[in-house]
Amino acid sequence: MDKYVCTICGYVYDPAEGDPDSNVPAGTSFDDLPAGWVCPVCGAPKDQFEKE
Amino acid sequence: MRPVQIKEGIYWVGAVDWNNIDFHGYSLARFGTTYNAYLVIDEKVTLFDTVKASFRDDFLECLSQVIDPCKIDYIVANHLEPDHSGCLPELIAACKPEKVFCSPMGQRAMEAHFDTTGWPVEAMKSGSTLSLGKRTVQFLETRMLHWPDSMLSYIPEERLLIANDAFGQNIASSERFADEIDRAQLKRRMTEYYANIITPYSSVVEKTLAGVAEMGLDIDMIAPDHGLIFRGREMVDFALETYAGFAAQKPTNRAVVVFDTMWHSTERMAHAVADGLMDEGVSVRVMHLKSFHHSDVMTEIFQAGAVVVGSPTHNNGILPLVADLLTYMKGLRPQNKVGAAFGSFGWSGECVKLITQWLTDMSFEVVDPAVKVKHVPDRAVLDQCVELGRAVGRALKAKL
Repeated sequence: MDKYVCTICGYVYDPAEGDPDSNVPAGTSFDDLPAGWVCPVCGAPKDQFEKE
Repeated sequence: MRPVQIKEGIYWVGAVDWNNIDFHGYSLARFGTTYNAYLVIDEKVTLFDTVKASFRDDFLECLSQVIDPCKIDYIVANHLEPDHSGCLPELIAACKPEKVFCSPMGQRAMEAHFDTTGWPVEAMKSGSTLSLGKRTVQFLETRMLHWPDSMLSYIPEERLLIANDAFGQNIASSERFADEIDRAQLKRRMTEYYANIITPYSSVVEKTLAGVAEMGLDIDMIAPDHGLIFRGREMVDFALETYAGFAAQKPTNRAVVVFDTMWHSTERMAHAVADGLMDEGVSVRVMHLKSFHHSDVMTEIFQAGAVVVGSPTHNNGILPLVADLLTYMKGLRPQNKVGAAFGSFGWSGECVKLITQWLTDMSFEVVDPAVKVKHVPDRAVLDQCVELGRAVGRALKAKL
């Protein structure tokens, strides 16, 4: 599964890790992140991410 | 400095750093700077931000001229970078405030900077409000403007926006208000500050300005944490419009030819490229990196529409000062630029290709062909450099 990078702050969403702070379990693909999910570092919405 | 009353019952209580030009280790603040903190005397005496730790004694002295610091009830930390949070530990220990407020991301940053054991910290989300008595504070998170923890505090009863690092300028001065100095100088200092700090977060600036407009905030004073305060509707509009212009990063009919040189070959090429740009009516700034710090170059690049970068090939790579500039510029992510490369070499000549790759990676519109020459440029090579300058000029005009 692809990693995605936040174009605002550089945070990388790694599906292998998920986003535990936002209750996103490991193994969740970027596409499967909930619509309201935002970058855990800077709050940018999903459309601000690009495939790494 | 003595405290300065900026509105009835509201005081500037910051510090003026007259002689430090090294701004945070990466850019130059040639005119010094200030660390602004603001004290509101209300039923809850509230301090917004502190100053750099090395100014603690000056700061406490300034505060004491308004009120015994032990009477501070609330501290608001809009941003945890040490030039604003540096006095928090001593102040909290001395004043024992009832509450310390910050953004949710600020709480994490606070814990990563200090031992916050026993600190009465409360995280305030965007949109939450706090009553000080006669006045209220509305908090607006501005993540990545310019750290994740950054937030703004707005006091509607006073039409006052305490803006933290947004709208800052590095100016150490006896004046406290932006209308007290020359407007062109003010704009220049705002530009330097934005170019070197805020540029990569321009999309956040646009979103924040839209958010401020949507919320219908009635602002007649913007009090940033560096430099001068914008008072009155005209100055507030000037600050907001200036930032909207900065964030748009529209290309201008200006070019920067920036280079370093060993035996003056790349320097001569730089002058020929500049001639070509001038032929096309482009305003040019030629900057030798041994004469200009990367932050001064970045200020020019920020205001330009085209950037032409020259370096000789040195040990199969880019000359160090040019590599430094490219690294610094890439991090600041300038938008809407035309770019090109040139340089001399002795035997291998990879440099021009490497610079072109950097420019491509920064999404510059790259103009070909780059010009490179073995050792010393002759008239024909200098003509190629002139033609490169003209081609960059034409590409720039097409974007205006």
